[in-house]
Amino acid sequence: MVASALLALQPGAATGQTGARSAAGAAPADNGNWEMPGKTYASTRFSAMREITPGNVNQLKVAFTFSDGTNKGHEAPPLVVGGTMYIVTPFPNIVTALDLTKPGAPAKWTFKPKPLAASQGVACCDVVNRGLAYDGGRIFMNTLDGQTIALDAKSGKAIWRTQLGNIARGETVTMAPLVAGGKVLVGNSGGEMGVRGWIAALDAGSGKLAWKAYHTGPDKDVLIGPNFHPFYASDRGKDLGVKTWPPNAWKIGGGTVWGWISYDPKLGMIYYGTGNPGPWNAEQRPGDNKWSSGVFARDVATGQARWYYQSSPHDLFDHDDINEIILADMPVGGRMRQVLLRPARNGYFYVHDRLTGQVLTVAPYGFINSATGVDLRTGRLQPNKAKEPHQGKVVRGICPAAPGAKDWNPSAFSPITGVVYIPHINLCMDEGASQANYIAGTPFLGMDVKMYAGPGGNRGVFTAWDPVHQRKLWEKTENLPLWSPALATAGGLVFYGTMDGWFKALDQRNGRELWWFKTGSGIIGQPISYRGPDGHQYVAVMDGVGGWAGAIIVGQLDARDPTGALGFLGATKDLPSKTSKGGTLYVFALPH
Amino acid sequence: MSSPYRTSVIVALVLLTACRREQRKTEDKSFATTVPAGTQPGLLVAGGQLAFKPDPKQAAYEHNANALAEGQRLFSWMNCVGCHSHGGGGMGPALMDDEWRYGGRIDQIAATIVEGRPNGMPSFRGKLTDDQVWKVAAYVRSLSGQPTKDVVSSRADELSGTPPQTLEKREPVHPAESTLQ
Repeated sequence: MVASALLALQPGAATGQTGARSAAGAAPADNGNWEMPGKTYASTRFSAMREITPGNVNQLKVAFTFSDGTNKGHEAPPLVVGGTMYIVTPFPNIVTALDLTKPGAPAKWTFKPKPLAASQGVACCDVVNRGLAYDGGRIFMNTLDGQTIALDAKSGKAIWRTQLGNIARGETVTMAPLVAGGKVLVGNSGGEMGVRGWIAALDAGSGKLAWKAYHTGPDKDVLIGPNFHPFYASDRGKDLGVKTWPPNAWKIGGGTVWGWISYDPKLGMIYYGTGNPGPWNAEQRPGDNKWSSGVFARDVATGQARWYYQSSPHDLFDHDDINEIILADMPVGGRMRQVLLRPARNGYFYVHDRLTGQVLTVAPYGFINSATGVDLRTGRLQPNKAKEPHQGKVVRGICPAAPGAKDWNPSAFSPITGVVYIPHINLCMDEGASQANYIAGTPFLGMDVKMYAGPGGNRGVFTAWDPVHQRKLWEKTENLPLWSPALATAGGLVFYGTMDGWFKALDQRNGRELWWFKTGSGIIGQPISYRGPDGHQYVAVMDGVGGWAGAIIVGQLDARDPTGALGFLGATKDLPSKTSKGGTLYVFALPH
Repeated sequence: MSSPYRTSVIVALVLLTACRREQRKTEDKSFATTVPAGTQPGLLVAGGQLAFKPDPKQAAYEHNANALAEGQRLFSWMNCVGCHSHGGGGMGPALMDDEWRYGGRIDQIAATIVEGRPNGMPSFRGKLTDDQVWKVAAYVRSLSGQPTKDVVSSRADELSGTPPQTLEKREPVHPAESTLQ
């Protein structure tokens, strides 16, 4: 009976209830593992396990726990590959393999990469790490000080190490690598430090650099060549990465890559977004500031750009475009299209044609007054002049705030319901711009920010979004900023955690809270679900509050200054009374 | 002590303080050309004795409104504000609270600025003169209310506006002249 309940559903085979399904070829049948943060190349964060359901989730109990010995913000998901779980800590980025076949899941090995301590000083928003990747018997990891390392998954021994980032220039690496087409894809963080953003591809076998594409500067550095065909006219022209900046400003202009990459194996293309331009004070960088705050499609083999779309040209508000990109197939205007689904930081939910980059439909999924819409003819965001920051004055009530309507924490997509489950935030801000001074290895901002709750007073929201009809199906408000990613399961549940440590299961149909568990520290980590060696379904999550939203806890910051933590202190004054630091893995299962 | 006498003493003291408060160091030699920043020992000294004697010139910085104002300007201009915000902290620790990782004496703060610290504080050696370092260090101490209220600025320089230092709750004062951190 258990076995029949666990029969893996074939995601992508059927069309979801809204009409959207996972992209064919990018989301294979669930093997019960969790081998990359997005679960599949389509970045679905969906488990086909269905033993745990709305009917029995109230029986869910802790199966085992593990303290990883660190206490900064834990944003990474655990990975599970055939009876072993792999977890990575925030700085100092310790990797531990846990043996799931033994009672209590004892450690098999631990790997300590020993990143430079000084790297902590150039990490803008806590010293997080967003996860590992597994491929072909190897675990791939990034360290805060800019190394990419391949480990033997069995022994935990390093196979190769490649230094990509340079902390002296303010570069760190916080994203999870993605292994696609034999390449390990990695980008830099440091958009607040005046770095020049890039994405690099390393050969998965040797760790040697295969290609590297910058997101500012001349076309040859950006890997823009004859195959580059952006859909909109404003993205066409020679060396726009130089011409859309004041002289030389592109050299310190940002456009980092610290979020998520998706991959379409059939097209051989990767899709990812670029970070904010620098400095935050936009008056110092007149122009569109290409290729920051937009989405690239690239050929994974060569790195050559295929198309680009700029979500926030001349970004005014730190609206990085690095959020998750879900690959789906769904009907638009009466015919099936291969699309990208993007709940973007600027508050709009974009549906793009993934072959051309064309914006097919767009709608706000959060409260926005900083823009009035997106012009579908030009593709251009329409900023609201009244909310534009200027030097020497304070502009109040800008929504969404700098972390956007949603920051890095990814949504989940169920191919059964065809719904995107979006964990996000509801914050507005005041901004006062001033002249920023570039000094390598120090912040390059020129902006005082003060954040607070948006309309309604709740700082977090969990939204079920129908991407076909671009409408909200239901939402659940959360008092605190919602900084944890989401997990959707074939059993009909969605899971996420709150910053005060409530791990929750909601009914996918209506958002009703069916089960909750209080963890030691707050949760900003990504929950996963996997099939254990005993054939049963498990759900796992790390606690350990932190990240930008939890900076007040991990940095022991002083809430009397609302501009602290780049303005997040204003919106998180009460957090120290609700949670404290931690770093513990919790794994849950039904009694069996 | 007679009352007129007491009044005159108070008046004299106020005048003295006021003079020092307004004093601008425009002569050739700044306060601290003879006091290089970043050369004082820490709190624990091998051998057990505190081989530290504060130079009165260091303390003078935080009794001077001009030095604090200049320190505040440099604090923003040198991007200290990007990490420490207006005292609340961010990438770097809060500076308005009562906790000092590397010591809260003005010379210890100056040493932190010049030398950098291992967990991420960059060294500003060569980027600031010694005089500027002492001014920034004095301003850093003012974030937790160490100077007297008559020298701190009655308005904040920044735009989004933390409360003016004259109105804020101050942390326990460790006088600049004290050898304790």
